Amino acid sequence: MSDSTALAHAEHGHEEHPAYLRHHFENVEQQADAAGFAMWLFLLTEVMFFGGLFTAYLIYRNWYYPAFVQASHQLDIFWGTLNTAVLITSSFTMAMGVWCAETRRRSGLVLCLVLTFILGLGFLGIKTIEYKEKIDKHHVPGFHYSLQSFLNPQSDPEIYKEYKDKPLALDMARHTEVYFSLYFAMTGMHALHMIIGIAILGFMIFRARAGAYTNGHVTFAENFGLYWHFVDIIWIFLFPLLYLISRHQ
Amino acid sequence: MTDQKEMEAASHHVVSPIIYIIIGGTLLVLTGVTVWASFLELGIFNPIVAILIACIKATIVVLFFMHVKYSSKLTKLTVFCGLFTFLALIGMTLADYFSRAWGRW
Repeated sequence: MSDSTALAHAEHGHEEHPAYLRHHFENVEQQADAAGFAMWLFLLTEVMFFGGLFTAYLIYRNWYYPAFVQASHQLDIFWGTLNTAVLITSSFTMAMGVWCAETRRRSGLVLCLVLTFILGLGFLGIKTIEYKEKIDKHHVPGFHYSLQSFLNPQSDPEIYKEYKDKPLALDMARHTEVYFSLYFAMTGMHALHMIIGIAILGFMIFRARAGAYTNGHVTFAENFGLYWHFVDIIWIFLFPLLYLISRHQ
Repeated sequence: MTDQKEMEAASHHVVSPIIYIIIGGTLLVLTGVTVWASFLELGIFNPIVAILIACIKATIVVLFFMHVKYSSKLTKLTVFCGLFTFLALIGMTLADYFSRAWGRW
């Protein structure tokens, strides 16, 4: 092993390797592959983590179906669609950012990162509007949770005129709280990932302005891109499951 | 230095922005389609169509935005194994829950 390493170094001329190549890697390619592989392993643990939440959602939806249908009627499809578009656009700007890093365009990279940062904040802003509505209607589980909209749908005229929901029996109506527990757990955990991502983006904007990522060493930008796209994918599944699939039931 | 640049170019497939624009546009269009489909009365097919479109969107994000289409076999295998394990776990769990008469509701 040490022989072949020495040979490889001798062949390429050891002094010439870029400063960001760690000595325990043979070359830049191997280093980038190792980092990418590790990032994917991390993302797979995240898949399992969110997978547990999705499984819980599907099981409870199956058990308390009428409650889940009516509770999901409370979500505003307009905000959900807008947020999906915002997040997809931010994924696009992030992908363009990685491209700028790969092709060594510093100002392009900074611009893309700033746009991604703003779109990420926009997503959280829209989420806040939606959360506020839930708080106003007492649809936050555990905090003076109100069954009013489900026991007496006509008391909630905006939702009623669209869906004409029939009143639920008390024991079923109580299970709408399970829906909102999962709603807040899933969108909240997703939002937490967004907040972490936005914080890292802020750090990256400073580093990119100083010339980082556009010097040939794109690993960090690229792996952050993977994280950001992963968060986008989670939302791609959350959106239909929470907002869309119960419109007609 | 040229040596090193060649090495980078060989190891690192740079995806062209045109592909990103096409993929971004496709994702936005599919978002519109899934919302439109949710307003149609499809009965049992409403959730199926919604999940199907979500899977298509997720697949093109993974393949193009996340570069898996252009990645090493190791990365492709890792992603596939992860997905397979996830589907096996969720599939077996759901099959168990949906087919057993346990739980009071």
